[in-house]
Formats: sequence, structure tokens, C-alpha cells
Amino acid sequence: MTDKTVKTTPSEKKDNKFDLRQIFEGSYNTLLPLLAIFTGLVIGAIVIAGTDATVIEAWKNFFQAPGAAFAAAWTSIATAYGALFGGSLGNPKEILAGIQAYFSTGDSAALLKSIYPISESLVTATPYIFAGLAVAVGFRCGLFNIGAEGQFFMGALGSVFVGYSLKGLPAIIHLPLALLGGIAAGALWGAIPGYLKAKFGAHEVVNTIMMNWIGFRLSDWLLNGPMKAPGYRPVTSAVSEAAELPRFFPDPLRLNWGFILALLVAWLIYWLLFKTTIGFEIRTVGANPDAAKYAGVNIVRNFVLAMVISGGLAGLSGASQVLGVDHWVGQGFSAGYGFDAIAIALLGKSHPLGVVLAALLFGVLRGGATRMQSMAGIPVDIISIIQGLVIIFVAAPGIIRWLYRIHPAKNKQALQSRG
Amino acid sequence: MMKTKKNPEMDMRTRIIWGAVLIAVGLLVLFLFAFSTEAGQMTKFGLNLSKGDAFVVPDLLLPTQPTNYLLALILVGVGAFQMARGVKSTGTLVAVLAFSFVMAFLVWAARDKSFSLVGMLSSSVVRATPIALAALCGVISERAGVTNIGIEGTMLFAAQVSVIVGTISGNLWVALLAAILTGGLVASLHAFLVIKFKVDQIISGTAVNILGAGVTSFVSSRFLEKNIDALNNSGTLPSISIPLLSKIPVIGPVLFENTPIVYLTIILVAVLHIVLFYTPWGLRTRAVGEHPKAADTLGVNVYLMRYVNVIFGGMFAGLGGAYFTIGSVGRFDEVMTAGKGFIGLAAMIFGKWTPIGAYTSSLIFGFADSLQVKLQILKVGIPPEFLLMAPYIVTMIVLTGVVGKAVAPAADGAPYEK
Repeated sequence: MTDKTVKTTPSEKKDNKFDLRQIFEGSYNTLLPLLAIFTGLVIGAIVIAGTDATVIEAWKNFFQAPGAAFAAAWTSIATAYGALFGGSLGNPKEILAGIQAYFSTGDSAALLKSIYPISESLVTATPYIFAGLAVAVGFRCGLFNIGAEGQFFMGALGSVFVGYSLKGLPAIIHLPLALLGGIAAGALWGAIPGYLKAKFGAHEVVNTIMMNWIGFRLSDWLLNGPMKAPGYRPVTSAVSEAAELPRFFPDPLRLNWGFILALLVAWLIYWLLFKTTIGFEIRTVGANPDAAKYAGVNIVRNFVLAMVISGGLAGLSGASQVLGVDHWVGQGFSAGYGFDAIAIALLGKSHPLGVVLAALLFGVLRGGATRMQSMAGIPVDIISIIQGLVIIFVAAPGIIRWLYRIHPAKNKQALQSRG
Repeated sequence: MMKTKKNPEMDMRTRIIWGAVLIAVGLLVLFLFAFSTEAGQMTKFGLNLSKGDAFVVPDLLLPTQPTNYLLALILVGVGAFQMARGVKSTGTLVAVLAFSFVMAFLVWAARDKSFSLVGMLSSSVVRATPIALAALCGVISERAGVTNIGIEGTMLFAAQVSVIVGTISGNLWVALLAAILTGGLVASLHAFLVIKFKVDQIISGTAVNILGAGVTSFVSSRFLEKNIDALNNSGTLPSISIPLLSKIPVIGPVLFENTPIVYLTIILVAVLHIVLFYTPWGLRTRAVGEHPKAADTLGVNVYLMRYVNVIFGGMFAGLGGAYFTIGSVGRFDEVMTAGKGFIGLAAMIFGKWTPIGAYTSSLIFGFADSLQVKLQILKVGIPPEFLLMAPYIVTMIVLTGVVGKAVAPAADGAPYEK
């Protein structure tokens, strides 16, 4: 069955006259990621129920009480996903009540409490937007930047260093400086594999991963030595207040200007990639380096440039997390943002708008995962499983098409990175 | 990016640069190691692993300062010769450079102390094993034209399955088999995605890695942590010493007193070498990786060859995964492979996609890894974090291809369309 759909690809190249199927294709392109996410969540649900001791017990008696078996599975899944989405989006009733209370009495406490989960999800989405853009820019140049994790870490260290070492500067100077510190550190960490790729053809996938490990070890040393704050714990000092990204609401809510900055940067990257010569060259190199070379595009420069931009964005991701949320850096600072970013870039088809949407989704998933762990006892790693599945489904549209019996007019390859 | 033309004679500039590098390193040895030691100091290299050996060889006793002077002299001398005349093979230069520098460093670091050279070589062989298996997985897959960067994830799956099977069944050989089968199974997922659905091979490998880390961590925190004795405590495979051979001084304890996985790896290297270069199967595999269309025209089933090779490769990786649990510590920790799968890929490239080359370069990585551990014990004053970086930095240097350029199979990473 699947052969048919895959093999029709080359034979349909001549299909360029207008017909109705092209209209369907447009919706198909947005349908595919949605179906991929949906399928990932369904399989995630099966994993949750399948590893639940009470569910397994109930299914052992399936032939005596089939209803109870399904009920147990349903309860398990509903508890887990209920906690997941409750923890990330909040309770609509409470939000409505909060709004009513605010308008009738002017008391904002209930409203702020009810939107706390959404605020946390947006806070989690913020570094995802930057990191997803980082991987996406790499993809557009045909480079696979798996080093976003290390660049994130270095960016965090760079910005925290500028943040705590300088004193007495006004916020309008200190904050941009701290952000720049993060960008510079991340860009440096990205530039090295980019240069090695451009100059020696060294595989950027392996090199960016090596840079991750080197970064982790370096940060271990920095946090235990030169950058260690007085005291026993291996953490840095907190950044001075002038370097913090201001928050919108009073304390438990951590939503800050980093989110707005992320949206602005997403727009900036869109403009850079699609409206400037630099972006055009980067995309040409990514689409066909040989053709680009014959057209006079400097491959070496574009590889390095793309990795510098990519690393800088990942560094900014770390900076936004430090300056907006944590204000200091400790060991194990990154919760895998750089690796999640790969899934985000793929899901968003390496388009800034797609990346923002995918980052919001992952913000919701990750934001609620901790609550799911505490309430339903499901390890947060379930999100990684869902993520891996989503990557597979997005990259292999054939599977989704086969599952849902979709026959599109044209089979567009989701995304190509060169090995 | 890739230099296609290859010079048999080194050009002038490269010659001068290599010579300068050698002389610079020689001077470095002189200033860092020779000048910082005192005249009377001695370095003792232990050559016996245990006291009970049949033949006890005397330990190697070296005067620290003269040895370092000698090594610096060798480096500068070879460097000067290189500048003036030029040595044909880059390999020789690298060997002289690496050997002299590492030796000088060790002699300096172990001054006034005793340092078990045999112990370090032995642990190099052991530490090289998972890297070598990952590299072999890479060799066999890429020779057939399929890039597999999912080795890391494959090894994690296999490591976890083997420890669980081993703990429940109580039989470590069954656990070893389970690890190998798991590796094959995970690789068949990768093969299915990239051959059937023509998914980008790097993306598919990444998905395998993310799933590997995700699923094993999930299982670990949902089941293993609560039931350590029932699920996550398998014990380790016994160390087998080969009669007679293990009694040879120096070589015996290094090579012939190991766990079965180490022996299996060495056997696999030999077998794979013969299969790849001296059998019809190997010829077909290489044809499929170099020019699938031509192979197809001659009646070779490209898809079948790719499936089988990738799955066999996965089995090697599965064996490598078993090393981490039942081969060394007897329990599973989250993300315990720590990048070894990727280092294996670097070893594969450095070994020019040949089994023997891959094994040799794995030994270098194993050496770098065990050196780092030994130096922490010697307390040389370098922060341990920097020593821990060594294998990763070596990998990056290797990948630049400064040390001998390697060319990948021509159709590596490209899907085949009939």
C-alpha cells in the first residue's frame, strides 16, 4: 500500500497544470504536522496506559470484565493528559471567574492565579522559539546543528557573566550587553564546527555534539571554579537587577519581555532569510551547494555565517532563560532545550512562523509535564518519546498518509538536510 | 570543501608547516616538561598487572629529565629534517609527534611516582571496545550507503534491555543475546524509515537518538528506580583469561584477560575485514554503497543489501550497548553512553571506513579516555574537567582530516530510487 504512494512521486513531476488537487495540497501541508502531533500524542497515551500497573492488572482480567479494562486505561490516560494540559493551560472556569472578579471588584489576585499555568507555558516556550530558530537557520543552509544544547549553555554562561560582573550600569545599557554576551558565546560555539565544516568538510553533526560535551565539561569547571559564587553550591552569582529582562506581572508569574523579544527575533529571522541577499545565499547553499558555488556564492563564508547566526540564536536562548527566568546558572542548567529544538525546527518546517507555533506547542507540553509527573507519576521523559515520534512522522509523511489514507496530489519531501 | 586531488608529494607549504609544528611541540616539551623537573628524579612505569604472574618483568625505570630532553630532541630533530627534506608519509609524522608528546607528558606527570603502564594499556583496550563496536556498525552501514547516526540511541536501548533481561533471567549470555537482537531491531526501524520511506538519514538517526534517550529514561524512572534488585542489578560478564597467552608479559594482561565482549569485538573486526574485502557479499555491499545503480543493473538487490547490512550493524551497536551494562557495571544509568556512539563515528572516519582502521583508531580514543582517568589519579594539577574533554577534542581534530584525508563511500547517505 505504502509503495504506491511513495513511488508515484517521480512520475507526477509533470503534474503542473492547475487542478483541484493543488488546493487540497495546501491544506494537506498544514494537516500533516497536526496529524503527526496527534498520532504522537495517541502513541504517548498508549505508552502511559501500557506502563501503568493498575491498567495492566485490569487488562489481565479482560475477558471477565472488558469494560473495567477500558475504564482503567481511560482513567490512566485522562489523569495524565488532564494533568499535562491542566498544568500548562490552566482551568478555563477559574480563568473566567478570575476575569469576572477583576471586573466586578478590581481584585486581580484570582485572575493572576488562574493564568499562572499559561504564563509558565509561555515562559517555557520562550527559549524554545530562539533555539528552534537556531536549528531552523542551520537547516536552511543544509547544516544540522545538534549543538544547540551546548550553545544554549555557553550563551547562558556568557550572559550571566556580563550580568553579574558589571555593576552600576543603567538597564538600558546593561541588559543589551548581557544579551550580547550570550549571543557572542553561543555564536563562538557554533562558529567552530561551522568553520571546520567549511574548511575541512568535517561532519558538523559529530562536531556539534563534541562541542556539546566540551561545553558541558567547561561549564562544570567554570561553575566549580572561576564563576562560582561564594558558598558551597556550584552556582554563579545572580545577575544585577539592571540586566534582568523585566517581568509583566507580580512575582509568581515569570512571563517577561523575553517572550516579546523572541517573537521580534522570529520576525527578524524571517526577514533575513526571505527578504535579504544574505538569506537568499544561505538558502541557495542549503538547497544545492554545487549550484550555489557555480553561481559564485562563497560556500565557506555562508557555512560559517549560518552557524554563527544559529549559534548566536541558541546563545540568545540561554540568555533569555538566565536574564528572564532564573537570574543565575547552576549545573544541569539546560533541560534539553537544544535537543527539543531539533523537533521544533522540523515540525515548523524551518519557517520562523512554523517554529513559533511548534515552540508554543512544546512550551505547553513541557510546561505541563512537570505537573503530570507530580500528579500522575508519569516521568517527563514521555515528552521526549512523543517528540521522537513526531520527528519520524513529520519526516516520513508516507506513514501518516498510510495511517489516515490520505492521497495528496504531490508528495513534497518534508525537509532535507544534507548529511 | 573536500579536496579531490591528492598530492603524492607534499607541497612546500604543508611541509614547512608540519616541520614547524614538530619543532614547536619539541620546544614545548623542553620548556613545559624537561625544565620543570630536577636532575635526580625518576619515573617508574609498572609493567605487571598483578603480582601473581608467572613471569614478572622488571618495571621500567626512567630518569625523568634526560628522557624528556631526549624526546624533545627527537621532536626537534624530526621537525628540522621535515623542513629540510620532507618525510613522505604524514602518518609517520603524526606517530612521532603523538608518541613523543604523550610519552614526555607521562614521564613528566609520573615523576617520583609509580605509574602502571600495563594497567593503562589494558583499560585503553577495554574502553576502546564500545567505541570500536559503534565504529564497526558505522562501517558496515555506510559501506552499504546508509549513514547511521542513531548508534548512540541504539546502544542505549540495547544497554537497558540487556540489564533487564540479565536481571530477570539471571543468565548474562541470554542478556547478551537480547542486547544484540535489540540492536538489530532498532537498526531495522532506521533501515525501514530511510530505505522504505526515504526519510533523510540524519533526521531518522536523530529520531532514533531522541527515542533512545527518551524511552530508556522513561523506563528507568518508571520501573528501574523502584525495583533495583528485581530489574536493574544483573552483575557483569566474567573476565576470561586465555590459557598460556595471558601469561605473556605486558601483552598478556592487556589483551588476553578480558570480558567476552572484548574478544568478540576483536574477532568481529577480523571477520568483517574478510567479509567486506574477500567475499562476494562484501563486494556487493561496497558496490551498493559506491554506485547503487550499477549494482542494480548487475542484478544486486540494492534494498536487500542495505537492509541486511544496516541490521547487522545495529547488532554490533547492540553488543556495544551491552558493554555499558553487563560488560562493565551491571546496572543501567540514564544516558550512560555519554557520546560514545558519536566518537565511534569519528573512529570510523579516521579509520577510513575499514574495520581494521576503525579498530585502531578506536584504540587511540580508548587511550585518550583511559589517560584522562589515570591523570586524575596522578593529580597533575590540570582540572579534571579539562582532561575529560580530551576524547572529544581528539575527535574534532581527527575529523578535520589534517591527519590523512578519508573519502566516504560515494553513495553514502543518499537514498536509492529505482
